[in-house]
Amino acid sequence: MKQEKKSLAQRFAKAAGVALALFMSAQSVTAAEPVKVGFVYVGPTGDAGWTYSHDKARKYVEEQLGDKVKTTYVESVAEGADAERVIRQLAKSGNDLIFTTSFGYMNPTLKVAKQFPKVKFEHASGYKRAKNVGTYFDRIYEGRYLTGVIAGKMTKSNVIGYVGSFPIPEVVRGIDAFTQGLRSVNPKAVVKVVWVSSWYDPAKEREAAETLILQGADIINQHTDSPGPIQAAQAKGVYAFGYHSDMSLYGKDAHLTAATHNWGPVYLDKVKSVIDGNWTSTDFWGGLATGATALAPLNSAIPEDVVKLVEERKQAIIEGKLHPFQGPVKDQTGAIKVPAGQVMSDEDMLSLNWYVEGVEGELPK
Amino acid sequence: MDYDLIVNILYATVRTGTPLILVALGELVCEKSGVLNLGQEGMMLMGAVIGFIAALETGNLWLGVTFAMTAGLLMSLLFGFISLNLSANQVATGLALTIFGAGLSAFVGSDYVGTPLEGIQPWHIPLLSDIPFVGRILFSHDPLVYLSFGLFVGVYLFLNRSHAGLALKAVGESPQSAKATGLPVFKIRYLAVMFGGAMAGLAGAYLSLAYTPLWAENMTAGRGWIALALVVFASWKAERVLLGAYLFGAFSIMHLVAQGLGFSVSPNLLAIMPYLATIVVLVMLSSDKARVKLYAPVSLGKPFHPAD
Repeated sequence: MKQEKKSLAQRFAKAAGVALALFMSAQSVTAAEPVKVGFVYVGPTGDAGWTYSHDKARKYVEEQLGDKVKTTYVESVAEGADAERVIRQLAKSGNDLIFTTSFGYMNPTLKVAKQFPKVKFEHASGYKRAKNVGTYFDRIYEGRYLTGVIAGKMTKSNVIGYVGSFPIPEVVRGIDAFTQGLRSVNPKAVVKVVWVSSWYDPAKEREAAETLILQGADIINQHTDSPGPIQAAQAKGVYAFGYHSDMSLYGKDAHLTAATHNWGPVYLDKVKSVIDGNWTSTDFWGGLATGATALAPLNSAIPEDVVKLVEERKQAIIEGKLHPFQGPVKDQTGAIKVPAGQVMSDEDMLSLNWYVEGVEGELPK
Repeated sequence: MDYDLIVNILYATVRTGTPLILVALGELVCEKSGVLNLGQEGMMLMGAVIGFIAALETGNLWLGVTFAMTAGLLMSLLFGFISLNLSANQVATGLALTIFGAGLSAFVGSDYVGTPLEGIQPWHIPLLSDIPFVGRILFSHDPLVYLSFGLFVGVYLFLNRSHAGLALKAVGESPQSAKATGLPVFKIRYLAVMFGGAMAGLAGAYLSLAYTPLWAENMTAGRGWIALALVVFASWKAERVLLGAYLFGAFSIMHLVAQGLGFSVSPNLLAIMPYLATIVVLVMLSSDKARVKLYAPVSLGKPFHPAD
């Protein structure tokens, strides 16, 4: 009890200190002002998934730039009227750059950006831009292609289970890229997809993974947000891939690796350009080459020659010699969709709504 | 479909239905006393988070379960105080409880998101689990599933075979008459609300300690709401609550199995099947409108003023 009181007192002291510091910094105009950067998160920062990956990047920027930057964040902001209010509040309170990190913040961001033309905005995963609104996302499908290569080498049953959330282009692109990687080393292997119609329901995701294992899958991949599928794989003694961040904590034997977002370098770049005064509104879509997409540490169960192969493929993608969707890319009927010597355009990838050869079942429309 | 697949579907059905049974049985008893508590989801979430933290910090999973039930119970006391002592609108109070529980559980658990925990392991009951077919489906689960069987029998006997159950139902039908015959209406309702809270907490613990041992915000994913609907469609009968929960579980599993087998049906359509099928079956079971009216506790949701 005593300890609790003390910590509360400490908190007050800290808050008072912060208030004082804010007051002082408002008073002094002479010293070099740090660039103020705000972040809007859709989930809690402790989340092992999406929001966690963004907050890790915020901390990275602070580490790298020290007192040249001052960051604030607001977590668990609902994608609606709330978002607009929060974004406006951040703009009003003097932030120079604001990252809005969820698809549903797109319109609120644009609306607020119009009212604050001097503030810069960066919106994750959107497609609408303005003079002071840029967009950014990562090419996670490149990481998924690499997990496909691992799966192709590690599977014995030649059936891979894939727990999907909703059949939207982003998810289909991941399934297709994974299958491309898989079939590039193992043309006999197939991918079975089960949609759970939810982004986050650990229990349902776990059931979906178990169902797939029951139907012959010996490796599970996922495009949902919880570690439920990893837990299922661990319990059933098969392999699995995590998503968003390293999920090996939930099944150290099962977890082969995970395709992860690494926003640190991206954010550092954006903040630096604001400091240097050369920020412009761009559409950034970086992958392995920029470090925005990465793989979690590989499981020691993966043989060395496979590790080497993955490293080679990764290097080839980074150098632009290999593309997950380089021709010939066939659809399920065997028809060639991307001819040899060509690469699927970003536009086509962003609206991808068909399965490549090797995925079983029909894509729901 | 082969034998193994059918056995596994039924096995998964029991597991999927279990959290629904736990929370729905609690709500059933609560509603039988005439109190409508829509706060199930919030109480479940608090049970899930407190159970998880307690299990992690003490290293004792069963202490975790106990804490989860206590957390649900404390939440229900809050509901009881506002809706029973202060005679506030039960619907509004219940909704507030759900919102409060969702927010509070997220706050309390923010440091525990992503922490791994070795959960409650399955316990194969000797002899019984060796019975072909049934043994695998019913007797190779974790202990909380067996507890749900026992709680079902307990609630069924309590409501249909005991004096105390009769008193509870009398309070739900007509608190005025019940009071006139000397029944402690207020006390009985409080106990019913508390039972509902403890059961919701237990359902939360099942999710965070046994089914998918982890804590994440809103991990109940609407199961509290499904359970509320189950009680209504089961026309306030314990055996139909059980049936409805397993039916819902079975169709949820079928939704996943059918896709794996390559049925080309929209997953969104498949995803609503559990809801649809459960409602249709339970409506058919209780198709006699006059009888359904008899099943619903007459004073459900109406505040009772002891002074009346």
